[in-house]
Amino acid sequence: MKRSTLITLKTLVWIGSLCPVADILWGAINNSLGPDPTAEIASVTGLTALWMLAITLAISPVRKLSPRLAWLIKFRRLIGLFVFFYATLHLLTYVALYAGFDLNVMKADITKRRFIIAGVITWTLLLPLALTSTNRAIRKLGGKNWNRLHMLIYPAAICAMIHYWWKVKTGVISPAPFTLVLFVLLMARPVWAWVERRRKARAVAV
Amino acid sequence: MVIGKPPDIPSSEITSESAYRQFMNRRRFLRSAVAAGAAAVAADRLAEMFDPRKAAFADETKLNTVPSPLTTTGEQLTSFEDITHYNNFYEFGVDKGDPAKNAGGLPTRPWTVKVEGKVAKPLTFDIDDLLKMHPLEDRVYRHRCVEAWSMVIPWVGYSLSELIKRCDPMPSAKYVQFLSYYDRHVEKWASEDATIFWPYSEGLRMDEAMNPLTLLTFGLYGQTLPNQDGAPVRIVVPWKYGFKSAKSIVTIKFVDKMPHTTWNDQAPNEYGFYSNVNPNVDHPRWSQKTERRIGLPFYAQRRTTLMFNGYGDQVASMYAGMDLKKNY
Repeated sequence: MKRSTLITLKTLVWIGSLCPVADILWGAINNSLGPDPTAEIASVTGLTALWMLAITLAISPVRKLSPRLAWLIKFRRLIGLFVFFYATLHLLTYVALYAGFDLNVMKADITKRRFIIAGVITWTLLLPLALTSTNRAIRKLGGKNWNRLHMLIYPAAICAMIHYWWKVKTGVISPAPFTLVLFVLLMARPVWAWVERRRKARAVAV
Repeated sequence: MVIGKPPDIPSSEITSESAYRQFMNRRRFLRSAVAAGAAAVAADRLAEMFDPRKAAFADETKLNTVPSPLTTTGEQLTSFEDITHYNNFYEFGVDKGDPAKNAGGLPTRPWTVKVEGKVAKPLTFDIDDLLKMHPLEDRVYRHRCVEAWSMVIPWVGYSLSELIKRCDPMPSAKYVQFLSYYDRHVEKWASEDATIFWPYSEGLRMDEAMNPLTLLTFGLYGQTLPNQDGAPVRIVVPWKYGFKSAKSIVTIKFVDKMPHTTWNDQAPNEYGFYSNVNPNVDHPRWSQKTERRIGLPFYAQRRTTLMFNGYGDQVASMYAGMDLKKNY
């Protein structure tokens, strides 16, 4: 890929990724976030983090479809950091607008409420990934350790999905689409591994 | 000329939220300024003639109302727009904006309410007879959802007790069950968006149903209920979480045992039969100590939740001696 194409595409990803937060800021300034602005902010930040997380998980199986898609990997870190950015905004929404910065409220929530526990665990799992996203951190850790550490994205994604299910009322099935996508993306990995093993075995047999 | 008469403007004059607001403020202001009151009425009429949006609320949606001592004062009303576009009415979809989009097909005429169970004889009331049975009152109530948001709504209706008295329930009638309209062809979202057993069922203990605050509700903001708010008739129980206030009622059943209720069937640990607003009993998934007032900017929404939603003076005695932590 040409450098100029890459820069153009990265700029577009930046703009696209900033749209949800720009939308919230615009709405907050104009007081046009709808009837329940607090819930709207929580929902937009949470859902954006969730679906961007799905995108980062899609990159590695999708690029295996064709060698011509290898460049996709260049966008994973950027999108991954935006996942952390929105997850952090989501957490701050809780801290500021739901708990009102009240430590006792937060303590009670984090010990008693399972959907909040699942949410906090998700964010905690994402934190080391964001912190080790620099080239320097990769060099320092070494590729193997870095890869191993970044496997945390899988439990983080599952925790996020559980957080969503526990948040909605019994009987409401709005987390189903994300759950299905996540299932496919997680299953894609063993399936690809199996396909590759077979390919190799055939190559050896021939 | 109305000189010499109190300037009590019936809400049938009201055709929009803005007009309503003017009216409520005006009423207070004009207690001693009668002539100005007459002028204001004229101004309203004039405004109606020139503002097509006001005129668009056809006469048939207007209700003739009288004031009520049971109305809640000192609260800023939630806008008509928010009351009608932020709804939980799962038969029409689970998103708050869904009912406004999808409830258009609810057939509110002809409409009858069946009364059955432990009554002298089963009865069927036509909606138009119910509307004429007793004077319709303007009643502003706080509305607290179990999801920790709240509104202030100017309902129109009369005490459910007025209807119950005419039903002649037997002494063995200990509870009242309300069943909502359900037609899976009209309300296809009911099965698409959630796994719930329909029709929606709610219930009250007999004394709760007879409490004058429990409102048989036909309208809001001086006009008939929009479909998404439970047209053509619903109940409103202001000291309980919103889901206790069943919408679009087709059957009222007097029973001797506690009836099954929809959300209690779904998650008994989260939604009790009583479900009185109670800041001291948390929902398992969130605190009920505070609530978000709808329609305010994000930094101004949070407020303290009041015991019995602030209606303790009228209702607390019904629960004397009961452990409200157990009977949540």
